Amino acid sequence: MAYTIVLENCTGCSACEPECPNAAIASTSDGLYEIDPDLCTECIGFFGEAQCTAVCPIDDTCIPDPNLVEDRETLMARKVKLHGE
Amino acid sequence: MDNRDRDFLKVITMPEQEASGCQEKSTCGSSAGPGEMDPEVWEKVKNHPCYSEEAHHFYARMHVAVAPACNIQCNYCNRKYDCSNESRPGVVSERMTPELAAKKVLAVASEIHQMTVVGIAGAGDSLANPEKTFKTFELISKAAPDIKLCLSTNGLALPDMVDRIADYNVDHVTVTINMVDPEVGERIYPWIYYNKKRWKGRDASKILSERQLQGLEMLTARKILVKVNSVMIPGVNDEHLKAVNREVKRRGAFLHNIMPLISEAEHGTFYGLTGQRGPTAEELKALQDSCEGEMNMMRHCRQCRADAVGLLGEDRSSEFTNEKIESIEIADVVYDLSARESYRQKVEDVRDKERKIKEMLLSGLASSAETESAPAILVAVATAGEGLVNQHFGHAREFQIYEVDAKDAKFVGHRRVDLYCEGGYGEEDSLARITLALSDCVAVLVAKIGGCPKKTLEEAKILGIDKYAYQPIKPSLLSWFAEYVEGVREGKIDPKAATGQTKIRSGAFTAPASGTIPLAVLK
Repeated sequence: MAYTIVLENCTGCSACEPECPNAAIASTSDGLYEIDPDLCTECIGFFGEAQCTAVCPIDDTCIPDPNLVEDRETLMARKVKLHGE
Repeated sequence: MDNRDRDFLKVITMPEQEASGCQEKSTCGSSAGPGEMDPEVWEKVKNHPCYSEEAHHFYARMHVAVAPACNIQCNYCNRKYDCSNESRPGVVSERMTPELAAKKVLAVASEIHQMTVVGIAGAGDSLANPEKTFKTFELISKAAPDIKLCLSTNGLALPDMVDRIADYNVDHVTVTINMVDPEVGERIYPWIYYNKKRWKGRDASKILSERQLQGLEMLTARKILVKVNSVMIPGVNDEHLKAVNREVKRRGAFLHNIMPLISEAEHGTFYGLTGQRGPTAEELKALQDSCEGEMNMMRHCRQCRADAVGLLGEDRSSEFTNEKIESIEIADVVYDLSARESYRQKVEDVRDKERKIKEMLLSGLASSAETESAPAILVAVATAGEGLVNQHFGHAREFQIYEVDAKDAKFVGHRRVDLYCEGGYGEEDSLARITLALSDCVAVLVAKIGGCPKKTLEEAKILGIDKYAYQPIKPSLLSWFAEYVEGVREGKIDPKAATGQTKIRSGAFTAPASGTIPLAVLK
């Protein structure tokens, strides 16, 4: 499942943005951050944990999107599609 | 008027006639000044308000909040909290880009000639945002070459950044080190983000501590001055900070700044919510005193905001909002380097004069065996800057605290009280608050004080003294000490016992946006 940012919690600190291996995180017009689900691989194939969650200073803010559940194969396929083998 | 007073006044009015014969200004003088310092180091710190207590009376600094991200979590910090009325580290009203920050620096520097230093201290960690931080330094060093650059960091990313710090001629780096033992650290840091992983517990503190000390060693090896900040958390690291002091001193840190924990519940920090208390003024001073061996202790820190502007005791950040800065046409900003240099020269003259006065007072005028052996006292001073007793008691937002004996008047801290007198009348409650904030002092030196507050203070055994109005602080204190000792001997002054419960109110006063309160300008 792709990750999502709970905007009510986001402080716009920008810590997550440079850590994303897929450049899936971008600033919103009001200075907060959002994740493009088509680019998120949950860091599979890169790191042992989702980097946005690992660096986010606020609990329960960078979370797996409950409405976008995806299996490991789908995420891995996306990683390959974005970055090659 | 005794001989001492006469000589004292003579020097103030005719300083040229009292030249001490010292050729080299920057290395001549006495305590808290160039006398005890390597000339190379003194040159670096003399105009930096955070590194030199003396400089903080004359020079201002500004922080630009270009670094929002952080790579660790501290139990005294809540990243969701922001309040423009509160002055403490990590708090900012607005974030800014490096470009806007450089424009703001120019605008402030042309308005406030005392502003000599620009620092990056957050709102997150300067080195967790390296591109923004170093871009800002690049732009400022091009636009305003006489401004010193400094940064403050938790140290986790420091070893990887030392080369870039040196490349931008950053002479001053502050590292916050609260522990050198991971067992202590796990009670302060719930997690860190390092090498693409969130670390928790003792592992997190072990990595953090190793990186901090390594970074400190790398900086001092390059002769970059390092100030170590430590937050004193009673029951967690208070005793341990003596070990921290030894370790950072051993690695060449220049200055140690032990600050009181700020833990108001409404800030929503872990410590605030769990009832962890901060230290009393007496506890803080006792720890600072015990660490003051060969190492300089900083005691004038106001724990300022990450977007503070102005003298340490008076934050003018609300005057320089992003909106105002954005509306300025950069072509209209006159960066008057010669006006800035001429301000600095005036300050040098004033400081030199003060040193000479103090040396003369100490050279044996009216000193007696009795004065020499008298124990030190704490005295509060109301000042608006320039190193003078030049503020009305009712207008003081903070008092500076000096420990005074026959030989020295040493700055040991400040007490924030904010306005007691607004619109010409006093408020009962705030007077009581001031009395409590100064409960460990035997006197307060002011430019002027009303009869009513003077009486209330005297009931609390604090003497309101206005005879040194508009005179230099340290010489006045030394002069008054002899009088105090005499008064005690004659039974006119009743010495007071310590309470040990003097409460600390942290932060610097933030001037209102419409503020008509100018920075003290040397005329």
